[in-house]
Amino acid sequence: MEVKYRKSQGLTDKKLSYCPGCTHGIVHKLVAESLEELGVLGKSVGVASVGCSVFSYEFFNCDMQQAPHGRACAEATGIKRVLPNNVVFTYQGDGDLASIGIAETIHAANRGENITVIFINNAIYGMTGGQMAPTTLEGQRTTTSQDGRNHLIHGNPIKISEIFSQIEGAAYVERVSVYNPKQLMKAKKAIKKAFTYQVEKRGFTLIEVLSSCPVNWGMTPPDALKWIEEKMTPVFPMGVFKDSGEAHE
Amino acid sequence: MAKVLMKGNEAIALAALKGGIDAFFGYPITPQNEIPEYLSKHLLAAGKVFVQAESEVAAINMVYGAAGAGARVMTSSSSPGIALKQEGISYIAGAELPCVIVSVMRGGPGLGGIQPSQADYYQATRGGGNGDYQLIVYAPETIQETIDTLKESFDIADYYRNPVLILVDGLIGQMMESVDFDKPIRKRFIPEKDYATTGTDHHPGRNIVNSHYLNPDELEQHNLHLQKKYQQIKNNETKFEMINMEQPDYVIVAYGTMSRIARSAIEMLEEQGIHVGMIRPITLWPYPRAAFDQIPKSCKGILCAEMSMGQMLDDVLISDRGRHDVAFFGRVGGIVPEPEEIVDAILHFQERVVK
Repeated sequence: MEVKYRKSQGLTDKKLSYCPGCTHGIVHKLVAESLEELGVLGKSVGVASVGCSVFSYEFFNCDMQQAPHGRACAEATGIKRVLPNNVVFTYQGDGDLASIGIAETIHAANRGENITVIFINNAIYGMTGGQMAPTTLEGQRTTTSQDGRNHLIHGNPIKISEIFSQIEGAAYVERVSVYNPKQLMKAKKAIKKAFTYQVEKRGFTLIEVLSSCPVNWGMTPPDALKWIEEKMTPVFPMGVFKDSGEAHE
Repeated sequence: MAKVLMKGNEAIALAALKGGIDAFFGYPITPQNEIPEYLSKHLLAAGKVFVQAESEVAAINMVYGAAGAGARVMTSSSSPGIALKQEGISYIAGAELPCVIVSVMRGGPGLGGIQPSQADYYQATRGGGNGDYQLIVYAPETIQETIDTLKESFDIADYYRNPVLILVDGLIGQMMESVDFDKPIRKRFIPEKDYATTGTDHHPGRNIVNSHYLNPDELEQHNLHLQKKYQQIKNNETKFEMINMEQPDYVIVAYGTMSRIARSAIEMLEEQGIHVGMIRPITLWPYPRAAFDQIPKSCKGILCAEMSMGQMLDDVLISDRGRHDVAFFGRVGGIVPEPEEIVDAILHFQERVVK
């Protein structure tokens, strides 16, 4: 019998702990498939962060380290510097990367650390129960912005891909999403490209993935996907923000 | 290598190289800057890793990552910088990774000053990180002892899979002494680093570096396992020196720079016919409690002398268990006391007894 599809070797058999309709599972799959297809799973070291994806060390079928909140890129720096021929990646949410860990992330990029950052932007703190994230949209209601985010009080949503596009050490920065199959395919391509750049030692790569959090957004999973497309993408436009790859070829 | 005259911080850096360091991650802060400066040159020249991190917070997490990947790693800092590292230190201890941390103390609290101090005894032995963890803390009193300890610390950290903290002050960091780098260290059996995240190509199964246990039963088991290890460290690694302990009139307890000053004071008191002994803890954790059992009943009292407002004093009181009067002498803020001040404290012992 011909096998048409099977679960990626890049994932363990552990049952995912994510909420129904959450897109973390899809992004895990894309990362796992990319590592497997590039044949680097056996030399990959992932860094799990603090947030919903804290348990990703149980899901990715490779060596993993679990970092303190926001410190994933510092930890990844330590790993990559002593294991320069391994593939090192972090998997971080918006609270972890864009709030408490923005210094570690920017400086890892600025040093051109040859690591790949998978950044999940779902505009909210999921794990702790729906608090305002640095990426929460203007007017979006959260448990700590109950009348909606107001830029006069809370500031504006922070645009990570735009910021990182300005950093010389960043080799590749793209914002993608997974709200429909077409976008999912594009996201896969971007993630695989980021890891390819790392294998080719081109420098820091960051893929921002616009993701859904139906439970904390108070929506059905389909509505949540629609919300990404209709509400998030105007604020966080998708596309390649930096690609210095060609220059290095 | 014959004896060389060397500044404390630079000697620490060279001792790290002799101890087989693979990687150093740090952030500038006075009075320890010569350590990263020296290592930045010599580590890179040796094809090893040196990164000046964006903060102490990042530096300790780089240590965490590299230690988890199986490297011999060190960081160094001073008081406010060590404060910033506490989060990472707790994770490293929780994940049972080896590393060496050098703390060159300056005066506090807050930004404090840059002159020598011992006001981080609590920080070193009680820690500022969360949870029930311990560091193995050494408090050498000379540059020679510092480098001997540091060279051995990498092995000790590897053996116990636990961070080792070398606690010195700005005086030891900044002064020069004649030192010998070739003193042999105790040979220890170092187990294979089968926990290192080097990729599944290199070992069976997946290696996970982690301090996260959501299940309370598992977390309690993990803590009990750590406690067992800490007990083993207490049994095997507690280190102290006893000086002049034959029927002393008084006993001074002091470590690091303060014990050097106490040595001079003890000689001066001897000339006055007052026989004073000293317990010098070399490990601050584990603390040499048993040493206090050797203080004879006839001893008139114990003087705890520190360059702090009385932090080790807690351990002295715990260790003496109420058997003697305990007095305290301390100077802070970067003041390094004269031996005469300790002589005076012994002469006026009763006025200083801790109530």
